[in-house]
Amino acid sequence: MPTVTMVVNGQPVSQDVEARTLLVDLLRNDLSLTGTHVGCDTSQCGACVVHVNGDAVKACTMFAFEAEGAEVATIEGQAAADGTLSNIQQAFQDHHGLQCGFCTPGMIMSASALLKDNPKPSEDEIRAYLEGNICRCTGYHNIVKAIMAASGQDITAVAAE
Amino acid sequence: MYAFEIERPSTIADAVSVLQNEDAQALSGGQTLIPTLKARLAMPETLISLTGIPEMQGICMNEAGQLCIGGATTHASVATGAIQYPALAQMAGHIGDPAVRNRGTIGGSLANNDPAACYPAAVLGSGATIVTNTREIAADDYFQGMFETVLEDGEIITEVRFPLPKRANYQKFQQPASRFALVGVFVAKHADGVRVAVTGASEEGVFRWTNAELALDADFSTTALSELMVTADGLLEDIHGSPEYRANLIKVMAQQAVDAA
Ligand SMILES: Cc1cc2nc3c(=O)[nH]c(=O)nc-3n(C[C@H](O)[C@H](O)[C@H](O)COP(=O)(O)OP(=O)(O)OC[C@H]3O[C@@H](n4cnc5c(N)ncnc54)[C@H](O)[C@@H]3O)c2cc1C
Ligand code: FES
Ligand code: FES
Repeated sequence: MPTVTMVVNGQPVSQDVEARTLLVDLLRNDLSLTGTHVGCDTSQCGACVVHVNGDAVKACTMFAFEAEGAEVATIEGQAAADGTLSNIQQAFQDHHGLQCGFCTPGMIMSASALLKDNPKPSEDEIRAYLEGNICRCTGYHNIVKAIMAASGQDITAVAAE
Repeated sequence: MYAFEIERPSTIADAVSVLQNEDAQALSGGQTLIPTLKARLAMPETLISLTGIPEMQGICMNEAGQLCIGGATTHASVATGAIQYPALAQMAGHIGDPAVRNRGTIGGSLANNDPAACYPAAVLGSGATIVTNTREIAADDYFQGMFETVLEDGEIITEVRFPLPKRANYQKFQQPASRFALVGVFVAKHADGVRVAVTGASEEGVFRWTNAELALDADFSTTALSELMVTADGLLEDIHGSPEYRANLIKVMAQQAVDAA
């Protein structure tokens, strides 16, 4: 069984995995980081988005083995150690960017990848970037609003229909 | 998934040598292969990951003025790095979604040759050359119908070389659920003529629309295409569109590509 060594949310991790173990299964089953969700398991929904070396990836469509030596970031690492929410998390709460919350970890990890590359995205850019993140509840408007707000932008113009 | 072993060589030579075992299969971004394995549609004994091979990564210009892209370069890297070929960068930047683009690669897309994939249209429309560990293959000889290519077992795409056209553009009418092309058309005006490649439409996979090429050779404008008709014979039929619908879309997408080129 191969051993993978990686850094997850700043903590070094070394774990024996089967070759076929998906990154999301390593996170959820071996490391008990169950904030990363599995919605579809077919790379459609984005509930499982995490960062690998800073890039958003679908953890259901990557083998754990491929993350050898990588820095992995999950939703559990977004808030500060004292529980203070990240900007984006706080904005999701303030602007009702979630209802059931199932898609939210993936949404927040995608949003933070977007803001890293593009600190002030337009509404269209946010919607395009979230193409691979599906939400069954919100209708997306409040998610877009939250991301606009988290990036310090005026949200009054965001469509309210 | 059935169980398998996995190896991650760091050179092309090592990858090729382990791929000589007939039950070994290449793994690149996994965006197609992992779903296939999950559905138990493939049962390799060993996966040979191509993601740790520096010689297969990156984008550069060669002495012949071609843009060279390593076979394991991701769609995201092409979207931001192929600055000499904006039409190609724009095409890569619209494949799937950001997370798919961060893993999926040019070599994986071309080896898979999905009839609705974007890269086959770009490669055929550009008249690119597919370089493998054993040979160089012209785009016109490479694609052999849906999911079929001339690649032999154990042969891997190490690089793709694109001549730079004078003008080019890709227009995709997206199937919103899968994000693949319902119809996609890549138009490129080269010094020696126009090439028009169509994906998503045909039962035979990507193809060149030669009548449009002739018309655009004479006059590179949207009106040059207005009299042309595409026959619905041999076009794909599924819940997303009839052959007639796709035939019309080919013309509309080609006109939009000419307009934007
Ligand atoms: C949600 C979603 C949306 C998508 N949307 C689009 C889209 O809009 N347009 C589009 O074009 N594609 C789309 N794709 C497909 C995507 O581009 C894949 O990345 C691509 O088809 C396969 O590339 P890969 O690197 O992931 O290959 P893998 O899945 O790793 O491999 C695919 C096949 O190619 C073989 N292979 C891999 N690399 C090589 C190589 N270098 N040489 C020889 N054989 C090789 C493998 O053995 C396997 O058989 C989408 C995928 C998903 C999941
Ligand atoms: S669970 Fe990974 S994309 Fe849906
Ligand atoms: S809040 Fe329920 S799926 Fe998005």
